[in-house]
Amino acid sequence: MSQERETLGSKRGDVEPLAEAPPEEVRRAQAERLLRAWETPTGWRYWSSVNNSDVGLWYTAMTFFFLLFGGVLALLMRIQLAVPDNDFLSAELYNQAFTVHGSVMMFLFAIPVFEAIAVLFLPQMLGARDLPFPRLSAFGFWCFLLGGIFLCGSIFFGAAPRGGWFMYPPLTSTYQPDIGADIWLLGFSFIEIAAIAAAVEMIVGALKTRPPGMRINLVPLYVWYVLVAAAMIVFAFPPLIAGSMLLEIERAFHWPFFNPAGGGDPLLWQHLFWLFGHPEVYIIFLPSVALIAMIVPTFARRAIVGYSWIVLAAVGTGFLSFGLWVHHMFTTGLPGISLGLFSAASEAVAIPTGVQIFCFLATLAAGRLTPSVPMLYAFGSLVIFVLGGLTGVMVAIAPFDFQAHDTFFVVAHFHYVLIGGALFPILAGCYYFYPLINGKRLSDRLGKIAFWPAFIGFNIAFLPMHLTGLRGMPRRVFTYPAGIGFDVLNLVSTIGAFILAAGLAIVFWDLFRPKKKQPYAERNPWQAGTLEWTQEMPGKPWGIRSIPEVDSRYPLWDQPNFLRDVDEGRFYLPDAEEGRRETILTSVIDAQPYQCQRLPGSSFITHAAALTTGGFFVFGTYHWWWLALVSLVLALGVIIYWLWTGTALIPEKEAKDVSLGLRLPLYTSGPSSVGWWAIFITMLAVLTAFISLVFGYFFYWTIHEDFPPDPSPGPGVFWPVVAAGLLLGAWGLTLLARRWNRRDWAAGFYVGLLLAAALAVAGGAALLAGPWVTGLDPKSHVYPATVWLLAIWTAGHAVVGVIMQLYCVARRLAGRMTARYDIDISNVALYWHFAALTAVVTVAVIAGFPLVA
Amino acid sequence: MSQTAEQHQSLWLLAASPIVWAAHFLLCYITAAIWCEKVVGPGGALMTVRVTIAAYTAVALAVIGIIGWVGYRRHSYGSADLPHDDDTPEDRHRFLGFSTFLLSGLSAVAVVYAALVAVFIGSCH
Repeated sequence: MSQERETLGSKRGDVEPLAEAPPEEVRRAQAERLLRAWETPTGWRYWSSVNNSDVGLWYTAMTFFFLLFGGVLALLMRIQLAVPDNDFLSAELYNQAFTVHGSVMMFLFAIPVFEAIAVLFLPQMLGARDLPFPRLSAFGFWCFLLGGIFLCGSIFFGAAPRGGWFMYPPLTSTYQPDIGADIWLLGFSFIEIAAIAAAVEMIVGALKTRPPGMRINLVPLYVWYVLVAAAMIVFAFPPLIAGSMLLEIERAFHWPFFNPAGGGDPLLWQHLFWLFGHPEVYIIFLPSVALIAMIVPTFARRAIVGYSWIVLAAVGTGFLSFGLWVHHMFTTGLPGISLGLFSAASEAVAIPTGVQIFCFLATLAAGRLTPSVPMLYAFGSLVIFVLGGLTGVMVAIAPFDFQAHDTFFVVAHFHYVLIGGALFPILAGCYYFYPLINGKRLSDRLGKIAFWPAFIGFNIAFLPMHLTGLRGMPRRVFTYPAGIGFDVLNLVSTIGAFILAAGLAIVFWDLFRPKKKQPYAERNPWQAGTLEWTQEMPGKPWGIRSIPEVDSRYPLWDQPNFLRDVDEGRFYLPDAEEGRRETILTSVIDAQPYQCQRLPGSSFITHAAALTTGGFFVFGTYHWWWLALVSLVLALGVIIYWLWTGTALIPEKEAKDVSLGLRLPLYTSGPSSVGWWAIFITMLAVLTAFISLVFGYFFYWTIHEDFPPDPSPGPGVFWPVVAAGLLLGAWGLTLLARRWNRRDWAAGFYVGLLLAAALAVAGGAALLAGPWVTGLDPKSHVYPATVWLLAIWTAGHAVVGVIMQLYCVARRLAGRMTARYDIDISNVALYWHFAALTAVVTVAVIAGFPLVA
Repeated sequence: MSQTAEQHQSLWLLAASPIVWAAHFLLCYITAAIWCEKVVGPGGALMTVRVTIAAYTAVALAVIGIIGWVGYRRHSYGSADLPHDDDTPEDRHRFLGFSTFLLSGLSAVAVVYAALVAVFIGSCH
């Protein structure tokens, strides 16, 4: 096998395109076959499309709808604050408005728009036909749509969350028992799962679907940023999902995680929330500034200056941003040395952030700047963002933050950061990339007209807020008395907000106005050098006519006859002989082609999966547990059907010719398959959520004299140790089953895997037996609650693991998995590595730590 | 050639120095937090922690220094100048080395920033 792969995808030096184009009729037949394979469904079936160009478009359009929704809420709040003692909004509605505004802008605009733009353009930038998991992207979009409508809709029923976008308990637990907080906790957990799905797609896409020859030093900068931001999602979102789970369990079942009366601590929520919340700012910022990194070289007419430095900035920011979370908690009474550490990291992150801005300026200085609308917005972005960055350095200094905390100064700071660091770059990106969407350009005139009210209005609205804040006006207060120095400043801010809104309204009109009569843009209208501009105007559903061999960071500038060679099918995969959707997988470092990956086509299964998963969260919000459970079981059924019919399909032949004298295998398993990577990344996220729960356990240990209580009331040592033994046995047998399957010893495989499943069931039960037989009552105190939670979490892993094992047994019985085609069992074995690790850590904590503490 | 071959390269090298920074940062934070909560209480003395942080810092800077040196060596492999954008295994090798070197520099600065906190703060107050 490995011998075969060696010859199939062996090392290739520089590969030249075909010297002669295939004859005209051959090319036409190829194009027809490609078109048939990639055909967009018509009529109502259009919505079953999973092509990145369709899903990305819906995704982007929906995020702009939510931007509009959040923006209208902001205007309502500005009307309320325009004059003192106003009664335009009630205090109650105002609370809902600022909570929904913040939540919508963060969770339904800023993060999803990154995923949406990446789904839309990443394959184009990589010369890939699509991302490796098109249906996963579509599933993520439908989850996002359902969750978003559910959340936004709640405000029309006066049921919206009103505890601030960070949902601090005890306000959101003890004092707001109504449904608002549940909508937030469950609705956003649903959307966060979609975000993690998108992150998996981005990471695997960026590492594995690059065009042949695009070595790691030739990757477009956008791809670097997306890789970093997606990796950050994998580690930043799980703490919030874990925290949301704790808070929801406290609200629904009264396990006192955050309630001091039961030994809990609201500060744990703040840790978990900001462990997500701060990296999240950079998850928003990095992919947005990445758009500028694509725009600047085009209009400077030269390669980017300091490519390696920008990679340093992206990777460095990605890491450092995880060391900042406590700067949101400077006023919670932590020891000075803790504050100092986080203050230091907050200052350090300014270094990489600044480096990339200097690289952009250097590129512009070294090149010949061509004035254009995208550059106008890019400049606006830099000005606003630098101001926001400077106030950020101010609030990173703890003593200053003590003064400015929870005032309008902070509001001004983060709007400068987010509007400068995200909204303006995205608008620049809209004007730049729009021709790739439908082949038409946006209006330069409208773009220029819109820019000035947006830029000036923004500054009129938010610059005075620094002063309002320094004068002491607190955030999140629905009105203020006259004559204490807030009146004029607030009125000015409101006027500015409306000027900004007018500018954005023009942009919205430009984006959504009918363009039927407008002619198509010329191809590569900006004379850019990067791969996405090979697209024809309008684009074809296949994405790219043939997948090129890339030798440069700017192939359109540097590789002669590049467009001609792509168009005439002189590169890889110019055909779809078997009528299947396909793209090429390449190695991580040097992008050596090693597999031709078949991709799935249009399907409504993604809708069914999103609806049933959504049902679990929506019914859960209303505490209709039976319906929620039914929905969950249905979701499981749908997802198994999806996997069974659409994944790890055995190809009709071992390998295929992808042109240019290269034959590639159609199926690989283990670390070279994309599915293995997806499981690996997903399980890293799950492991991070688990570590957050373990962090909670030790957090309670640091704040309590008697945690774990002495003598320990449970779960004892016996049952947990038995559980660990059984689960490790299940893990070992799963690995053996993988090996026996490879050796084609069917009996060994079936017996081993069924035995593994039996051990896993017993192990999960034994783990729950510990707290059960010792009579731990999770409602009584946070200690039993934490022990129960860790035990249930791990037992849940065992249950999922058993489903996977039985799935593999069924796959082999059905002939859909064989000794050679063994993706399923390879991925399940990978899952079990993580499950075993989780079991060992859980047992060490709940049974071992009480012994040593 | 074999030195620059793909199987001898890893993206993890880029992440190595920042991971050392993260470990140093977390160790400093956890040590101080546990010391102040469990050992001396609020307002207690911090001398032991300051010495410990100094030790962490020495180790962290040494490791980052080694990684940075490896990066610098790769950056100066053979004879080629920046921006390392040729379509060759050698330039890809140099690019990864240079980026590793830069990230080591940033990580070292961030480690020093964190260590400075222990220089200036003397109690758990």
